[in-house]
Amino acid sequence: MKYVDEFRNGELACKIAANIKREANSKRVYRLMEFCGGHTHAISRYGVADLMPSNVRMIHGPGCPVCVLPIGRIDQAIRLAREHGVTLCTYADTMRVPASDHLSLMRAKASGADVRMVYSTQDALKFAREHPQREVVFLAIGFETTTPPTAVAIRQAMAEGLRNFSILCDHVLTPAAMHAILADENGVEIDGFVGPAHVSTVIGSRPYEPFADDYHKPVVIAGFEPLDVMQAVLMLLRQINDGRAEVENEFTRAVTRDGNLKAQELVAEVFELRDSFEWRGLGSVPHSALKLREKYAAFDAEKKFSIGYAAVPDNKACECAAILRGQKRPQECKIFGTVCTPENPVGSCMVSSEGACAAHYSYGRFREVA
Amino acid sequence: MSTVKPGYIRPLDLKHGRVELSHGSGGRAMAQLISELFAATFDNEYLAQGNDGAILPAAHGRLVMATDAHVVSPLFFAGGDIGCLSVHGTINDVAVMGATPLYLSASFILEEGFPLADLKRIVESMAHAAREAGVPVVTGDTKVVQPGKGDGVFISTTGVGVLRDGVDLSGDRAQAGDCIVLSGSIGDHGMAIMSQREGLEFSASITSDTAALHGLIAAMLDSGAQLRVLRDPTRGGLATTLNEIAKQSGAGMMLDEAAIKVNPPVEAACEFLGLDPLYVANEGKLIAICAPQDADRLLAVMRAHLLGREACVIGEVIADAHGFVQMKTKLGGRRVVDWLAGEQLPRIC
Repeated sequence: MKYVDEFRNGELACKIAANIKREANSKRVYRLMEFCGGHTHAISRYGVADLMPSNVRMIHGPGCPVCVLPIGRIDQAIRLAREHGVTLCTYADTMRVPASDHLSLMRAKASGADVRMVYSTQDALKFAREHPQREVVFLAIGFETTTPPTAVAIRQAMAEGLRNFSILCDHVLTPAAMHAILADENGVEIDGFVGPAHVSTVIGSRPYEPFADDYHKPVVIAGFEPLDVMQAVLMLLRQINDGRAEVENEFTRAVTRDGNLKAQELVAEVFELRDSFEWRGLGSVPHSALKLREKYAAFDAEKKFSIGYAAVPDNKACECAAILRGQKRPQECKIFGTVCTPENPVGSCMVSSEGACAAHYSYGRFREVA
Repeated sequence: MSTVKPGYIRPLDLKHGRVELSHGSGGRAMAQLISELFAATFDNEYLAQGNDGAILPAAHGRLVMATDAHVVSPLFFAGGDIGCLSVHGTINDVAVMGATPLYLSASFILEEGFPLADLKRIVESMAHAAREAGVPVVTGDTKVVQPGKGDGVFISTTGVGVLRDGVDLSGDRAQAGDCIVLSGSIGDHGMAIMSQREGLEFSASITSDTAALHGLIAAMLDSGAQLRVLRDPTRGGLATTLNEIAKQSGAGMMLDEAAIKVNPPVEAACEFLGLDPLYVANEGKLIAICAPQDADRLLAVMRAHLLGREACVIGEVIADAHGFVQMKTKLGGRRVVDWLAGEQLPRIC
């Protein structure tokens, strides 16, 4: 497969691995956080850890959209579908995130709620157009990558005068989460970040500059292919060894300093910052999520159906919160792989293949028994 | 006075007619559907007996029986349809046991309002597949459900075969050191279906691999190679089938990603939809586990057959109490190839 195989090439991987090994100072440990679930998945799926020296440790970050959704947000969606009789549309992985009362959107669907999996906001919009008698709510989740398509859908709905379409807006912001991790005084020690791939195509590399300037943490933006990740690790090691803290861009084939200005304008026109938003693992983070502007209030399901948000504590045995902050590894959770499995996830990190627990369970768990 | 000849019954309108509830209610309408469509198309001496069951000649040897329900959506797809799929699927289940498939039964659940022209197409495709395989449909049943209670057509087929003497194939027989052989590329059926799904249609030259494998299997058994396990990796794909075998045998496996063939359009479609071809369904492929010294002989026989031209050793069985199926990635790392979690592609067969 042209343009993809090149970034999964075994011979090149060997060469980069040799360079990483040469660059890594054996007298120290390098703690690198890959922010995105896409990176976590690539590392696990291709066995990248086997090619790295043991003193280069990858710490999985919170950049998995379904992982960071707190229980209360899923409860809200389930309430909409069950009590308000709406057709709730959302992306696949969201369907399996555990909610209160042993429910998930999938289980709510099985018990009769109208929950539908869609591949894009356009599918939800189309369904609303074709079923004018149904109230259709799109559960809009994700980081900056999925926000512009939601903005497009809202503008289309407005232009068409579509009255039976609205969104439950759970869009969140990457830099705010990185800031929350670095600002936590008891937080995990991090020497550098493998920066987001797809998110950065939208927001550009500029928003990461404060992490280099103010926190003195190197950031290397990397694509989601295994060689991208390895090259970014090499670039981070060089920065750390040189005592530099800069924002570098490995993913130059898609990311610029300013990003996609048109998408940014669109998002700014439709959305505004929430004062604060509760994240799973990170707690309440100020200015870390978006809501619809007043102009588009008619499309805001929270207002339309007057459903408030209530925080719900996580399962006590579940370590998702610590895992999302990078403080624990999946295998350090007592219920990992026993009570909590991809078939019966207790915490959200076991749901999506981008979640740290699911990725380790599905691809890497032979390492503990070897 | 009527000029119509006595005893004349207006034939079924197979061009514009639709399935009605009466077609499943046991009356004259059902008798007509059976005689004008099913019996006429499947056309064999057993069905012609016209009784509640078929009387079959005595078989010599142990019998193998397998059954399979088919609910695929869409009903017609590139490379096949629910009709031939329902024949191939059950023949393959009988054949991978090491048996020669002899007879099939078929039961249809039809939705009221389904076009008879489409039903005719499906039945003709089934009859063609059965004739090509030399395995007749000898008995059947038809039920009709109200609109919205079915999805056009559901077909259940059951197959009976007779086991060859001396053949002992079972999922629990894989041993450390055995070779794992795959008969060809993976993921073709699942992605052919996916590419034609409503809401997802993308133009791709992907054709389902649906095929009856009993001819290939007969050649493999004739080769004299020591076969321990045969299985067709359908739902859940290659990964799930290998995990089933590993679990049954209490052994592990080490696969070589580079040896597993994925056709470029399938690979691209999987990449596009975020699917792993290891978990995508096949309907005309098989996995054989054999003694290592016999692998070359087996491969030669398989490659000489149309359905095994791309046969390849993709890994080996290893001793592992945890029963992990692992894979050396093309990148040079290692990963687990786990059971399929949840549902990757619903309604594919």
